[in-house]
Amino acid sequence: MSDHNKQAGQHGEKPVKREMSRRQFLSYTLGGAGGFMAAGIIIPMLRFAIDPVLEPKAKADWIKVVEEAQIGTEPKAFQFKMHQVDGWYESDVELTAWIAKDSKGQVFALNPTCKHLGCTVSFDAPSHEYHCPCHGAKYTADGKNLVVAPLPLDEYSVKVEQGFVYVGQLHPNSRVK
Amino acid sequence: MFKSMYNWIDERLDITPMWRDVADHEVPEHVNPAHHFSAFVYCFGGLTFFITVIQILSGMFLTMYYTPDIINAYASVDYLSHKVAFGVIVRGMHHWGASLVIVMMFLHTLRVFFTGSYKAPREMNWVVGMMIFGVMLGLGFTGYLLPWDNKAYFATQVGIKIAASVPFIGDYIKTLLQGGEVVGAVTLTRFFAIHVFFLPAVLLALLAGHFFMIRKQGISGPL
Repeated sequence: MSDHNKQAGQHGEKPVKREMSRRQFLSYTLGGAGGFMAAGIIIPMLRFAIDPVLEPKAKADWIKVVEEAQIGTEPKAFQFKMHQVDGWYESDVELTAWIAKDSKGQVFALNPTCKHLGCTVSFDAPSHEYHCPCHGAKYTADGKNLVVAPLPLDEYSVKVEQGFVYVGQLHPNSRVK
Repeated sequence: MFKSMYNWIDERLDITPMWRDVADHEVPEHVNPAHHFSAFVYCFGGLTFFITVIQILSGMFLTMYYTPDIINAYASVDYLSHKVAFGVIVRGMHHWGASLVIVMMFLHTLRVFFTGSYKAPREMNWVVGMMIFGVMLGLGFTGYLLPWDNKAYFATQVGIKIAASVPFIGDYIKTLLQGGEVVGAVTLTRFFAIHVFFLPAVLLALLAGHFFMIRKQGISGPL
């Protein structure tokens, strides 16, 4: 190739465009084919491994919890069973919601998972606050974070139908800022 | 970019001689299919290794979802093949590769036999190759139980019965393989451990010896 270039130069013509050497051509084609084959093997495995990240999040169903008549202005803990699909393991897990009526008579339900580090809070009637046993986080009856915790308690969507309270999807607290 | 990264490391650690020593070796004309097409028979050893690499990789990924437990094993295999994206492909690679690796290994053995490559000074490599053959069959046998379906269960039942027919020590072998009185919970965890830890470790050691010897002794001459 270099001879070819030199010849072209001697005759005063335009220098010939540098061509690819045989070695380079072979290493590109073999490398490309090899890379393609390796990708064919590796990509299905990677897609397989990252599948949980790409799975759509399941929407929560409405679950009947308690009669509306039992709900007072002071939050009380009510258990309910949620069907959980965890890979090949399906179970009914027992969850707790603290349910109360606000001043307008609206029913609301809070999730007792502390927003600090995930311990379980409970309502302390004398102080009218939620207390966390782990690091002393405190929340108002509405779930507003007072100390330690960075965010208010999460809230369940609630609907009241034919005298029964249903809880649904969990979402960030919409009652307080 | 890769070149400058490579150079940066190479200046400090002088890694070029290491891979050069592994990669640079002559391929004699009589084993090069570009010269004599019939020389493709010399590819079976490399193909066996290639499929072994696929087996190791796909097996590693399968253990992300598999659980070696009699209640959940079948459910986890069902889940990973039908619910996880590309699951049936990754499991398929491991399933078909398991058969293919034994086919390739057998063809490789035939080539070595009919070219007389097992003769002096390469007898030790033949022996190591036979040990690899045994380990591969062991991997196939232990892996077959893991899905814990009917086929797996009864194949293992039969396999252990055969092992139990060994004179004098047969019963001990049976108990050792089963880990108890029946093919059950303990057998499954035992086979899983053998399949993913013990035999692969032995296999890698034997392969290292196999490759070391072929590089040291070179490929046997033409017929």
